[in-house]
Amino acid sequence: MYDLNNCNNNRDAFGNKLCELGKLNEEIVVLDADLCSSTKTDIFRDKFPDRFINVGIAEQNMLDIAAGMSLCGKIPFVTTFSIFGCGRGWEQIRNTIALDKLNVKMVMTHSGLSLGGDGVTHQSLEDIAIMRAIPNMHVIIPADPAETRSVIEFAVDYNGPVYVRLSRRKSPKIFDDDYKYNPKEYPILKDGTDISIFTTGNMIRKALIAAKKLENEGISAKVINVHTIKPLNKEQIIDIAKETGHVISLEEHNVIGGLGSAIAEVLIQNYPVPMKILGVNDMYGTSGKVDELFVHFNLTSETVIESANELLKFR
Amino acid sequence: MVENNIKFLNNTSKSIRKKVIEMTAYVGGGHYSSSLCCVDILISLYFNEMNVDPSNPSDPDRDRFILSKGHAAPGLYATLAEKGYFHSDELLTLRQLNSRLQGHPVKSYNLPGLDSSSGSLGQGISVAVGIALAGKMNNKKYRVFVLLGDGECQEGQVWEAAMSAAHYELDNLVVIIDNNKLQSTGSIDDIMSLGDISSCWKSLGWNIIEINGHNFDELLNAYKFANESKNKPTLIVANTVKGCGIPFIEDKIEYHTKPLTEEELQEGILYLEGRY
Repeated sequence: MYDLNNCNNNRDAFGNKLCELGKLNEEIVVLDADLCSSTKTDIFRDKFPDRFINVGIAEQNMLDIAAGMSLCGKIPFVTTFSIFGCGRGWEQIRNTIALDKLNVKMVMTHSGLSLGGDGVTHQSLEDIAIMRAIPNMHVIIPADPAETRSVIEFAVDYNGPVYVRLSRRKSPKIFDDDYKYNPKEYPILKDGTDISIFTTGNMIRKALIAAKKLENEGISAKVINVHTIKPLNKEQIIDIAKETGHVISLEEHNVIGGLGSAIAEVLIQNYPVPMKILGVNDMYGTSGKVDELFVHFNLTSETVIESANELLKFR
Repeated sequence: MVENNIKFLNNTSKSIRKKVIEMTAYVGGGHYSSSLCCVDILISLYFNEMNVDPSNPSDPDRDRFILSKGHAAPGLYATLAEKGYFHSDELLTLRQLNSRLQGHPVKSYNLPGLDSSSGSLGQGISVAVGIALAGKMNNKKYRVFVLLGDGECQEGQVWEAAMSAAHYELDNLVVIIDNNKLQSTGSIDDIMSLGDISSCWKSLGWNIIEINGHNFDELLNAYKFANESKNKPTLIVANTVKGCGIPFIEDKIEYHTKPLTEEELQEGILYLEGRY
């Protein structure tokens, strides 16, 4: 069961898991564009210096070097900040890695607004949109350290390109340590019958807080952890929409092209229901403390509650 | 022996040039002029230098070739067919729906002998660095050859890759620059000059040799020079003529993409067959 007060760092979970898997599988190599102390791949570097490549500040070269290594049977993990890996390296990912379904794992950290003070140039609010627009791509957003560990195991076993979106922020404990990521099933974190809140990553906390408050107002909200934006589990999303009839999506991303868009694309063509897409409203980020930024961009549990009430007016 | 070999390469180069203009004229597209320019480099690699076997195209120990200037795909396809990777009849499917011969090379169409996708300029050299690095890690003896366009060197990624290859001391990597001094809409010096290519790469730590890219003696000698390199990747600056082999195309920018007319095709064939 989740515990919103027990917070830990997904990046540490990633770095340690990678190291653990590196012992078992010699083909795993790690590529870094000089941010390994932030992405936590320095743990792997210290254990396996011969399988760690810091290419310097050169993301495009890093992604294509990984492509070349995967052609020789290696399992490269490419890590940097989300904005630089997905943004600057998008065409390398599209034209070289995903085109041939090359076995490259892109674990990008510091996504969303989580680089607070560093400001807009280092924040990433478009990566889900641009990564899911690429055919053959997996797009996964782990909720907490337990899910991060299981997702990294999946990434090693799965043959093909995977994008894993991590934050800089600590995540509350959502799953027990023996949790197993199942790409074909979204965990229901709280059951409910009146409205569904589809959320992912850092926004899970806000969604759970909002759902609890809604309960006090007599509104029963279901909270779903959409850990995999692509491939999307369409059937489960449609089934949930049928059960609750009203849908909210909540993400730390632009409202254009992300989780909300992905769910809306499915529902509008299969089972249209009243829906609200909550996220950053097509704006650039800005400097500030992360908690302040969430308020500044209306990414709060209050926003979720207001949206739920508005949607349910039409009941 | 060496003379016979050179004679064989000269004959093969004519046959491949002919196929290049036939296949691109047939489909009405494809960069024949950029292909003609690097045919001698391609066949000197595939028929003389590289350790490759068309009957075992996925051999993990084979030498690799990456056509970073992917628009010269017709030249590579014709060379692979001539080498025996697939039947040359397939060349006429170039650029057509469902063809394994995509406009720019795509590996997942499973054309035998094709080592990597390429075509978005600047990326092939990084892929080659990755293959060379994996070779070092796996204690493999294979070498990786990359063909870059000179215009392609305007891409910043080429310099990221050049830096990294020298830094990692990849003496199993050989980059050849097809130095024809032209790019899509004009001469390189008019559009964006590259400075002194040899000294730029040398300053990064590369082993450099500059040659005539249409002279087989010089090409084979350059590969020998590369093989002797220790701890340094080798750059072969191959001075070439765009459209080489067909005088009315040579050095002419307008033939970068313009399809050849039937008349021009026939005239080109006469030149290549020495009957003009």
